[in-house]
Amino acid sequence: MITAEGYRKLIWKAKIKWLIGNIIVYSIVCIPLVPIILMYGWLIAQAFSGVCISSLIPQKLTLKNFYFLTGPIYWGGTPLYKSYWPLVRNTLLLALGTTGLVVAITSLAGYAISRFEFKGRDPLLKSVVVVHSIPGVLFLIALMYILNTIGLYGKGFLTLLSVIIIKAGLESPMYTWMLKGFFDSVPWELEWAALVDGCSRFTAWRKVVMPLIFPGIAAVSIFAFLSGWGEYLLVLTYITDRKWYTLSLALSELTYQFKHVDYGMLAAFSLLYLLPAMIFFLLTQKYLMTMRIVAYKG
Amino acid sequence: MVKVKLEHLTKRFGKVVAVNDLNLEIKDGEFMALLGPSGCGKTTTMLMIAGIYKPTKGHVYFNDVCVDDLPPKDRNVGMVFQSYALYPHMKVFDNIAFPLKLKKLPKDEIREKVKKVADFLEIGHLLDRKPAQLSGGQMQRVALARALVKEPDIFLMDEPLSNLDAKLRVVMRAEIKRLQKRLGITTIYVTHDQVEAMTMADRIAVLREGVLQQCAVPDELYLKPRNMFVGGFIGSPPMNFLDCSLVEENHEHYLDLGVFKLWIPPDIADLIMKNASGSELVLGIRPEDLKVTLTLPPEAKEAGQKSKVQAIRSEIYVLEPLGKDVIINTKLGDTLVKVVAPPTIRPSVGETIWLNFDLDKMHVFDKKTELAVV
Repeated sequence: MITAEGYRKLIWKAKIKWLIGNIIVYSIVCIPLVPIILMYGWLIAQAFSGVCISSLIPQKLTLKNFYFLTGPIYWGGTPLYKSYWPLVRNTLLLALGTTGLVVAITSLAGYAISRFEFKGRDPLLKSVVVVHSIPGVLFLIALMYILNTIGLYGKGFLTLLSVIIIKAGLESPMYTWMLKGFFDSVPWELEWAALVDGCSRFTAWRKVVMPLIFPGIAAVSIFAFLSGWGEYLLVLTYITDRKWYTLSLALSELTYQFKHVDYGMLAAFSLLYLLPAMIFFLLTQKYLMTMRIVAYKG
Repeated sequence: MVKVKLEHLTKRFGKVVAVNDLNLEIKDGEFMALLGPSGCGKTTTMLMIAGIYKPTKGHVYFNDVCVDDLPPKDRNVGMVFQSYALYPHMKVFDNIAFPLKLKKLPKDEIREKVKKVADFLEIGHLLDRKPAQLSGGQMQRVALARALVKEPDIFLMDEPLSNLDAKLRVVMRAEIKRLQKRLGITTIYVTHDQVEAMTMADRIAVLREGVLQQCAVPDELYLKPRNMFVGGFIGSPPMNFLDCSLVEENHEHYLDLGVFKLWIPPDIADLIMKNASGSELVLGIRPEDLKVTLTLPPEAKEAGQKSKVQAIRSEIYVLEPLGKDVIINTKLGDTLVKVVAPPTIRPSVGETIWLNFDLDKMHVFDKKTELAVV
């Protein structure tokens, strides 16, 4: 039998164990976060500092690093771009275009793969994973050849459009997989009910199934948007016309040579480049975090 | 109003045969229950009637017209699912209005019809809620309303009561029955609960592993089960089955149950000999048809003697009191037999009782084919 004193000892022991456990867990979580926080912290501090800093404390607070918002972007004293805004427009076009295309493709393809039985369905599903694991760089030359043949290489806006299509093509398979999971979780009975109530298959998809997997569509949109917003390789390879350069390309150009680098401007530029991603994420994180459908039955 | 006919209806999923050669006719305005354990093909049958599954073989007829190629949306059936299948993203009003909106009725008419059916089912005050905010019983009513609002020709219900608690189930059972009688819609009701089927349906079709076992009015199903499966499935507690064989001694016929023999009259013996495939039989008797007495009653004789009622002495094994009745478990040889006894008899475990077998209430089945022979 355990005495009252014995219980007290046991409780004390349990408390110490709990404390040590927490310390270990939080250390493991926090240590990898340090470099990331340092990076972002420096970026923010530098963007508002008048001189080049190597700490997290901003010095000589100023907004002049953001000069490019109203005029040309200089690189080593010469204007590299006439204005900042076309870059934003191009990047937005690329990101939104990719998002739209990806959502349109994956919401239909995911439904088909989830709901229809057809020949080659399983091989298709498996090949998606395999193909996705092949680095996209491998396709660059082949795609270049295709673009050249159909006359889309070096054609300004049309080239940006083809980059959108390529990007959507590369992104879609994985998101189709992801959405298939969402479609799988919609009970058949709901779709049957819709059919009995007078829907065609397509109306049932549009009016009943799609609203239910909205969290999935939101997640796919965010991922597609961010991946389009950050795309560098495809833009670098295919877009030759400076009028259609994107932010990522401009950013890399601005860091070409160390002697010309204006750290303040670069930090400000990067901060603005980060902004949409942050805003998008903050607005939609609740969908990203609850990537499943809840509340069917009471 | 519509009469439904199923002709050689068969559905296979890969190698699994869900429904096998089902022939059934549901009369105009009839309440037909499809009864069977889970996985017996009753839901599949219903989905074929709704047009969601295409039959592998056979045809579905509405008013003698083959509707195999008619899509579900044009069949004008109302359906209630086990999970209710309410659209979680729509309010109750929109759920009920959904079929009408798809028909592109004018808004005023929709509002009027929804209100009417909602008031009829007493859910008028819930129209602004989302399905997640409703209780099971309320969701059930909304599902009913959604099926009713389009004024269907056929009403299909797939285990609509199985997600409700026991008390509400009894209430809704009566209400759905009343509703069906009042509206006179041809109704097909799928259930695994024999009490539901017995209490609600005009006729019951018992299915087992995709094959129709018997289709009859409830009384006939209870009194004259066509085979052991129906006999065991209808009635609670289930029918007692005792292995036996037909023997002849001194020109009299007996059912030999091992531990005792029952005398049977020549006409029954003739029937058995005519219908049974061999001498191995199964005696079926319902727990409520076995009378329990503490002494040998005057109208009965001991088992094996010439009498309409024959009694056998037995010892009580376990008692299951139900309040109104008590279920007595007793052993005849190695077989546990359940008997429903009135509360006036309150024996205790180990006590000796007399089990009275009434020849009129006995069912005899062929052990091999499981078919009733008497």
